[in-house]
Amino acid sequence: MGVKLSLGVSLGAVLAIVLVALVGAQVSSLQPIFGIFVPYAAFVIFILGFIYRVVDWGRSPVPYRIPTTCGQQKTLPWIKNDEIENPSSTLGVIGRMILEIFAFRSLFRHTKAEMASGNIVCGGSKWIWLGALAFHYSFLIIAIRHLRLFVEPVPAFVNGLGIVDGMLQIGVPELYITDVLLLAAVSYLLVRRLIVPKMRYISLANDYFPLFLILGIGISGVLMRYFIRVDIVSVKELAVGLASLHPTVPEGIGAIFFVHVALVSTLFAYFPFSKLMHAGGVFLSPGRNLANTNRAKMHVNPWEYPVKIHPYEDYENEFREKMKNAGIPVERE
Amino acid sequence: MANIPKYYESLNIDFKPPRGNWMDRPLNIKPGIYCYPARPEVLKKAGMNDRSDWGKYWVIEDEDWELPDDWKERFLNKMRDMLGKYRTFKIYMDICVRCGACADKCHYFLGSGDPMNMPVMRAELLRSIYRGEFTKTGKILGRLAGARKLTKDALRQLWYYMFQCSECRRCSVFCPYGIDTAEITIMGREIMNELGMNIAWIQESVTKCLFTGNHLGLQPHTYKECVDTMLMDIEDNVGISFEPSWNRKGAEILFVTPSGDVFADPGIFTLAGYLLLFEHLGLDYTWSTYASEGGDFGYFTANEVAKRMNGKIYAEAKRLGVKWILGGECGHMWRVLNQYMTTWHGPIDFLEEPVSPITGTKFENAKAHKMVHIMEFTADLIKHNKLKLDPSRNDRLKVTFHDSCNPSRGMGLFEEPRYVIKSVCNHFYEMPENTIREQTYCCGSGSGLNASENMELRLRGGFPRQNALRYVREKYGVNMLACICAIDRAALPPAAQYWNPDVGVCGVTELVANALIMEGEGPRTHNLRGFEIATWEPEP
Repeated sequence: MGVKLSLGVSLGAVLAIVLVALVGAQVSSLQPIFGIFVPYAAFVIFILGFIYRVVDWGRSPVPYRIPTTCGQQKTLPWIKNDEIENPSSTLGVIGRMILEIFAFRSLFRHTKAEMASGNIVCGGSKWIWLGALAFHYSFLIIAIRHLRLFVEPVPAFVNGLGIVDGMLQIGVPELYITDVLLLAAVSYLLVRRLIVPKMRYISLANDYFPLFLILGIGISGVLMRYFIRVDIVSVKELAVGLASLHPTVPEGIGAIFFVHVALVSTLFAYFPFSKLMHAGGVFLSPGRNLANTNRAKMHVNPWEYPVKIHPYEDYENEFREKMKNAGIPVERE
Repeated sequence: MANIPKYYESLNIDFKPPRGNWMDRPLNIKPGIYCYPARPEVLKKAGMNDRSDWGKYWVIEDEDWELPDDWKERFLNKMRDMLGKYRTFKIYMDICVRCGACADKCHYFLGSGDPMNMPVMRAELLRSIYRGEFTKTGKILGRLAGARKLTKDALRQLWYYMFQCSECRRCSVFCPYGIDTAEITIMGREIMNELGMNIAWIQESVTKCLFTGNHLGLQPHTYKECVDTMLMDIEDNVGISFEPSWNRKGAEILFVTPSGDVFADPGIFTLAGYLLLFEHLGLDYTWSTYASEGGDFGYFTANEVAKRMNGKIYAEAKRLGVKWILGGECGHMWRVLNQYMTTWHGPIDFLEEPVSPITGTKFENAKAHKMVHIMEFTADLIKHNKLKLDPSRNDRLKVTFHDSCNPSRGMGLFEEPRYVIKSVCNHFYEMPENTIREQTYCCGSGSGLNASENMELRLRGGFPRQNALRYVREKYGVNMLACICAIDRAALPPAAQYWNPDVGVCGVTELVANALIMEGEGPRTHNLRGFEIATWEPEP
C-alpha cells in the first residue's frame, strides 16, 4: 500500500464519519443515537478497552531489570550518580517518569544526523519535541476546558484555565491559544510525515488516521465556536445530561455539533486498539520505569527455571591429564 | 568473503529512502552484509536444536529453504510464548507511534542508508507479523493496519535484518517510550533460533564455550599457555617475573574476563594489564580455566543458552570457595552480568558482599550480585592512592575514550573509566558530545556480528564511531582509542585502519599497567607492546 492509498483511506474514513453525522443530525429521530448512544458506547469501549489493554500488558511479567541507563550509575560514594537518568531508587524512577511523561525528556534529546562532505554531522534538533509538547498540552487543556460543559457549577480552575487560555484577546468569544496551537501542531505532525522522506517511509494508514481524526475534531470545534455557532445552552444541557446519566437531546443544536461528537466518539472508541495506547504504555515501559539496582538487590523472575550447566566434573574428566601436565590443580587425581 | 567496496574513498550515503511501501520491495541480499549460517551439527552438540529431522541447513540466498513442515507453527508458538513472558516485548509491539526519533540513530543506518536499518523498521518487520497473526485489527484490516502474514519471504527479511542489529541500544535512548530495539532483536533472534536459524560465528563460539569454558575453545592447558606467553613478554618489557594461580581453592577473588583478551592483539595487552595490576597489589586471586569466559554469545541466541553459559561463573566461584568475583573489561559480558546474572541464579548466598582487600571499600552497588567491574575496582584503588603511578610513561599517547555500548546504556559506567584514564595519562580528549556517553556509537560489530564474511556491514556500521574519532584525531592529534570491551578491541582496529590509520586501540587497564611502577622492575624503557616508551608510536 502506497502513501496515497494510506492517506486516502484515512482521510476517507474521517470524511465518512463526518458525512454520517451530518446526515444523522438532519433526522431528528436519529439524534438520540448520535447524541446519546454513540458517546456512551464510545466511552464504555474506551474505558473497558483501556483497562483490558493495560491488564493484558500487566499479565506479561517483567522478568529482568533492563532499564536503559542514560547517566552515571550509583557506584562508589565519591562518584556522583545521575539519579534521574539512571535511577537507583523508587524516588529516582518517579523523577525519571515525571520528566518523561510531562516534559518528554527522551524526545528532548533528539538529534538530527546529516551527511556533510563525507562526515556525519549530528546536532540537537528540538522541533519534534516542541511539536509533540504543543500538541499534547493543548489537547489536555482543551479537554479540561470542556469540563465547563459537563459540570454545574463550573469549578474555578476550569474557568481560570479558560481565562488564561483566552487572554490574548478581549471580546466574545475570546480566541483560545490552545485551539490555534492544537491545529498548528497536528498540521505540523501531519505535514512532517508527508514531506520528510524517512517519515513517509515509516508511516502507516494507522498513523494518518488519528491525525486526520484529531484535525477533524479541532476544525469542527473551531468552526462551532467561532464560525457556525451552535446553541451553547442546549449543548450544555445535553452534556450535563450525559454526565448525570439523565441524557436528553434538546431541540435545535446545530449539525456541526453532531459532527464534533461523532469524531470525538470515534477517537475514544479507536483509542484502546491503536498506537494511541502509548498513553498507557509509557507508564509501563520497562526501559524507563525500573531502577538500576540490578546488582545491589536480588530480583526474582516468576518463570525462571533451572538449566543444564556443563558441570565442572565433566570438564575435569575430559581434560584431567592435560590439566595435570600443565600444573593446573584437579579435584581427583 | 565478499569484496569490500572502498566506500570510504568516496563516501556517498543517501539517507533518503525510496518511494513506495517497504512490504512491496523484494529483499536485496548483499554479500558482505550477512553472516554464514550455523551448522546443524554445532547446534545439535549444544543441545539447542536437533535439526536432524529436516534436511540440510538453510542458506540466506537459497530460494527455497528447507525448513521443517511445521516451521510456521513453531515460529508463532514461540512468539506467543515470548509475548507472554516479556512485558517489554508485548508493550514494544503495541505502543510505537512511528515518530521517527530513532530513525537516524542507528550506526548501521548511518553507514549504509538502508531504510530497513532504521530501528523503527527493524522492529516493524516483527511488529507487522505480530499485527497480522496476533491482533484482531490486523487480522481484519490487514495491510491497512500495517499487518502481514508470516511467510517465508517475511522470515528471510526478518533474519537478514535481525542480524544487522548489534543490540547497542542507542535508539532506545531517544525513544519517547524507551522502546528498546535491542530487546526486540533479542526476541526475534530467539524465535528464529527455534528454527535453527542462527549464524556460525555465534553458534561455534557458544558450543565451544559450553564445553571448554570459553568462546575460543581453548582447552585448560592452552589457556594457561596463552597467559604464560604474556608473562614472558612482561618479563622482557617490565623486567619482573611472577606466576598467577590457576583454579585455586580458597583464593579471595575469582577473576573472569572475556577470552578475547587472552588470545587476540590488542586485547592481550589488556590481559598483561590485569596481570601486572593484580601483581602490583599482591591480590589474593585466581584465574579459572573452567569459567574462562566472561563473554556470553549465548545471549545472541536464546535466553536459556545465555543462562547455561553464564552459570559457570557462579558455579566455579562456589567450587573454589572464593569470597567474590572480579570482572574484566567487556561490553556485552557486563550487560549480561548486570541485567540477568543474579536473577538467573540467585540469591547468591555462598559468596560475601564484595569488599576491596586493599582499600576496605564495600561495593554496595554489587551487594547481592557479588561481582565488581574492574573499572570500579581500579578507580577506587586510585582514589585511595594505592597504586604507584607514573602517568608520564603514557605521554606519547593522546588518548580518547570510546564508551562501549553495553556498559554505557546497560549499566551507566561513565565516570570510572574516565577517572582511571585521566589518572594514568596526561593527555585525554573527548570525542564530540553527541557521540559519547549514553549517545556513544557502536564499534559496528557487537552482538556476535564480528565475523569476517560480513566485513562490509561492520565497516559501514563502524563509520559513525570512526568519523567521530577522526574529528579528535585531526583536532588534537589523538593517537590512541581506549575502550572497555573485548569486542571493541577486536572490531575497532580494522575500522580504524580505514579511517584513522595512525590510531591504536587499547583497553584501559593496559594504560594503567604502563603507568604502574612495579616493585623490582627493570628500567622501563619499553611499554607492554614492546615499543620504546620514549618514542612509542602506536601501531598503524
